[in-house]
Amino acid sequence: MIDMMNANHAAAIAAKLARVDVTAVYPITPQTSISEKLAEMVQKGEMDAKFLTVESEHSAMSVLIGASYAGARTFTATSSHGLALMHEMLMWAVGARRPIVMPVAARTIGAPWNIWGEHQDVITERDTGWLQIFCENNQEVLDTVLMAYRVAEDPEVMLPIMVVEDGFIMSHTVDIVDVPEQDRVDRYLPPFRPKYPIDVNNPMRHGGLVMPDWWTEFRYLIHLSQEAARTKLVEAEKAFEEEFGRSYGGLMEYYQCEDADAILVIAGSAAGTAKEVADRFRSEGKKVGVAKLRVFRPFPAKEVRRLSEMTSTIGVFDRSYTFGDGGAMFNEVRSALQPGDSMVKNYVGGLGGRDVTVKYIEWIFEDLLKISAAGKVDRVVEWVGLKDGTGRW
Amino acid sequence: MYRTYKDLPSEPVAFQSTEDIMTGTWRTIRPVIDKGKCIRCYMCWKFCPDMSMIVEKEGDYPYVDLDHCKGCGICSNECPRGAIKMERETL
Repeated sequence: MIDMMNANHAAAIAAKLARVDVTAVYPITPQTSISEKLAEMVQKGEMDAKFLTVESEHSAMSVLIGASYAGARTFTATSSHGLALMHEMLMWAVGARRPIVMPVAARTIGAPWNIWGEHQDVITERDTGWLQIFCENNQEVLDTVLMAYRVAEDPEVMLPIMVVEDGFIMSHTVDIVDVPEQDRVDRYLPPFRPKYPIDVNNPMRHGGLVMPDWWTEFRYLIHLSQEAARTKLVEAEKAFEEEFGRSYGGLMEYYQCEDADAILVIAGSAAGTAKEVADRFRSEGKKVGVAKLRVFRPFPAKEVRRLSEMTSTIGVFDRSYTFGDGGAMFNEVRSALQPGDSMVKNYVGGLGGRDVTVKYIEWIFEDLLKISAAGKVDRVVEWVGLKDGTGRW
Repeated sequence: MYRTYKDLPSEPVAFQSTEDIMTGTWRTIRPVIDKGKCIRCYMCWKFCPDMSMIVEKEGDYPYVDLDHCKGCGICSNECPRGAIKMERETL
């Protein structure tokens, strides 16, 4: 059914379609309307789930870990400070191998206060072991939540997944969304059957102490599962395409990348803007492409290296910053490349709700084409739109 | 029981009872009950966080399960008659 909705409602409806059993969400801007929509659907009886009201995001995640042990399919959502407060239990969810799915309406973290969108909250949690998928539009959020359950609950994966939507740009912007029928979702997504459910007739201990003699091996198992997820994500998307006719390019989508003089690696809603600009450039005979970084964890290093076969010049757009270093996406792209591969430059922008406009992307593509022609990167990191008084922006 | 990571359960779960884990080796001080002072109120039994204070049946004096007692000293702290002294373990 074709409907109009923002990404938050798309995420909540996806939770309903996935037949989530237990949800616990603490409100925080710009995620709040996910929790409101869930509460509304549960209260009206449209969604057969337990909706637990908790006193914090830390508690929300704790509740879901317990519920997941009992065999429930679990769902929560958060943003910003809420995600940061959850940090300890994010790690716990990974170590306990709970397949929780959580949309994050990505936002700044203070100080000073700023409620608007960027990717800093999500990037800061990259080392927790969660899979992280960046979505470009509202439809992709709905579809990715469904795919995420299929991957997370796969016995070879059993890891939680963050489905990232850009705060306000997607969370509060209404767009066309095709809502799939329940019976088709049921066909795509089988019920969750944990291998070690809590069972009084079959007692076992969860979350106990692991001594130095086996801790390394349990960490290694998580590493293997992240590696397995690469294939599982692609397979889940292929099955999704067969059932629903939509797909998003796997771990990294190549758009107009063949024989490009320059390619921009970019995640989230800004990828859509970049594709639009790439089309205009191509129509003027300027060969630029866009590589949408859809999956950030596991990091698609192989897919990044393929870019080097297609172009001499790669730009990486970061909507966050790792102070004292550079953009996280940039550094990961750079570390995936080998000596002799493409030149690479970092563009940092779209911070704290500043729009990533067509004008900015045009500037970036022109800059990359200059680098491509010169065969030399002028500076490692470019702060996009920085008011530095030089007139560069 | 396990030789390599391939033998481990896919999630960190343990199937053996905690009873099989001899935590008594962690102990540096041990509780010693003075039966002359003990009034068999069983406060020590109630407070022991590891169920290491054993009372076979009501009316009996409690004794310590030294295979599992970690020597935390809570029993000694809670005893209303000061009947439990913590003594240093020696080799």
